[in-house]
Amino acid sequence: MSAFEIEHLASCITAHAWNADRSRVALCPNNNEVHIFAKQGTSWVVEHVLAEHDQLVTSIDWAPKTNRILTSSQDRNAYVWTFKDGQWKPVLVLLRINRAATHVKWSPQENKFAVATGAKLVCICFFEEEHDWWASNHIKKHKSTVLKVDWHPNNLLLATSSSDYKVRVFDAYIKKADGRSVTRPYGEVAFGEPVFEFDQCSSWVHALKWSPSGSTLAYSSHDGVFAVANFSTNPPTIEKLRVRNLPLRDLLYITENSIAGVGYDCAPLLITNQSGWKYSGEMDKAAEGGAAAGSETSARKLFQNKVDLGESKSTDKKLPTVHQNCITSIVPFKSVGGVVSDFSTSGLDGNIVVWHVKALEAKNKFKVI
Amino acid sequence: MSTAQVPYLNCIRNTLTASMCLQNFGSQIVERHNKPEVEVKTSKELVLNPVIIARNKNERVLIETSINSIRISVSIKKSDEVDVILAKKFVRFLQQRAENFIILRRKAVEGYDISFLVTNFHTENMFKHKLVDFIIQFMEDIDREISDLKLTLNARGRIVASEYLKNFA
Repeated sequence: MSAFEIEHLASCITAHAWNADRSRVALCPNNNEVHIFAKQGTSWVVEHVLAEHDQLVTSIDWAPKTNRILTSSQDRNAYVWTFKDGQWKPVLVLLRINRAATHVKWSPQENKFAVATGAKLVCICFFEEEHDWWASNHIKKHKSTVLKVDWHPNNLLLATSSSDYKVRVFDAYIKKADGRSVTRPYGEVAFGEPVFEFDQCSSWVHALKWSPSGSTLAYSSHDGVFAVANFSTNPPTIEKLRVRNLPLRDLLYITENSIAGVGYDCAPLLITNQSGWKYSGEMDKAAEGGAAAGSETSARKLFQNKVDLGESKSTDKKLPTVHQNCITSIVPFKSVGGVVSDFSTSGLDGNIVVWHVKALEAKNKFKVI
Repeated sequence: MSTAQVPYLNCIRNTLTASMCLQNFGSQIVERHNKPEVEVKTSKELVLNPVIIARNKNERVLIETSINSIRISVSIKKSDEVDVILAKKFVRFLQQRAENFIILRRKAVEGYDISFLVTNFHTENMFKHKLVDFIIQFMEDIDREISDLKLTLNARGRIVASEYLKNFA
């Protein structure tokens, strides 16, 4: 089995999300539409086009249990799409914001969701039965655009990363959605007050993720800082390391102790925890061997170029990695009990790549812990 | 490319590779707008510290980075006054055709001869490594182009002068 499967579905992909059984994928081809692809035989075909936004779609999240799609856009809106009679029907969310919506995420129980915005706030949205619409509460306290949000598995805590160099953790308990019977991990914290604020980064924090158990929170920023906050103590202990690669744009916990990061380097890399978090290597380095094997043909190409174009340099330069441009998102493709066996990445080169962790481990000699 | 130039251009190449990490970013100041933050400079947290790479007083590059755009300004080598005039004319010629170069800025940043503006829309549509190659190639070419122009100018001056002086021979 090959270590990955590559599918070129658009010229540039800003976000992608899979449905529960991974038979369909929703992606935004860098415009105001969301395309839903379904696999027919060996090829992927467009099944539905969701065109309700009128500016770039920034984020997509597909709820596995309730089969609802959530999309956000720079036109200041978010929609919840429900599948009825063979059609996807949009419902507008009352966000009450006047800047771009940048990232969306369903909560684990799918009874509420969070929307990060350029209006320097986060909307926590929940369904109001009496009015039949999605209403929202605002968490302010950010000094710049909120770039990413992520829910703790307990459905209550929400972590946000912002371009004001900070990561914050909030208690996003909403009485109307959660009811009274939940126990809140940090007691009666007022809504919208940060429980914790982390300032280890000195640039925009691009990515953050809770671990499957919710005991650690990993985040990475534009200045190459990668940090993990451990919540088993109060206040959390933070471990920080510098990654020598270009900045990471998204993270994924493969297991409780292994994190895959993707970003401007066009190749996923692995960070593992063996009594301390350490950079463990690139996951897509097999291609280096491929480049060496291609050296004969490149020498030939050099002469060919000299003859054809009068240029001594080979003009057709392909990167040795699978992705040819920045990778913007990484999502689990197959996971059992918090252990991801396959994951998928999408990037600005318009490719969606499904990676198989076991095959990658055997091929590139790294170890997921 | 002369060997003396290699470390200078390599340094620029590495800096460009590291700083051309852009993302789509809707304006947080103006509703429904999307502007290059390095140009508008309305939020100071979105603009990084500028970098100057200089080989000598004249030959230098200014790289200004922000979350969704990067501005590269080049000052070309000028060893004498002929070079100054040639550089000015040549750059003017290019700037009038800026749309053909896609990333060329119509007006150079003050103190520099020529500027490029790369936004996230460019890095989405074009490969980043090729964009960097283009800028480095451009810098190599412009030096060569101007020294060629200077040679032609001198040769032409010599011919004109000798033709003129023939009358008095």
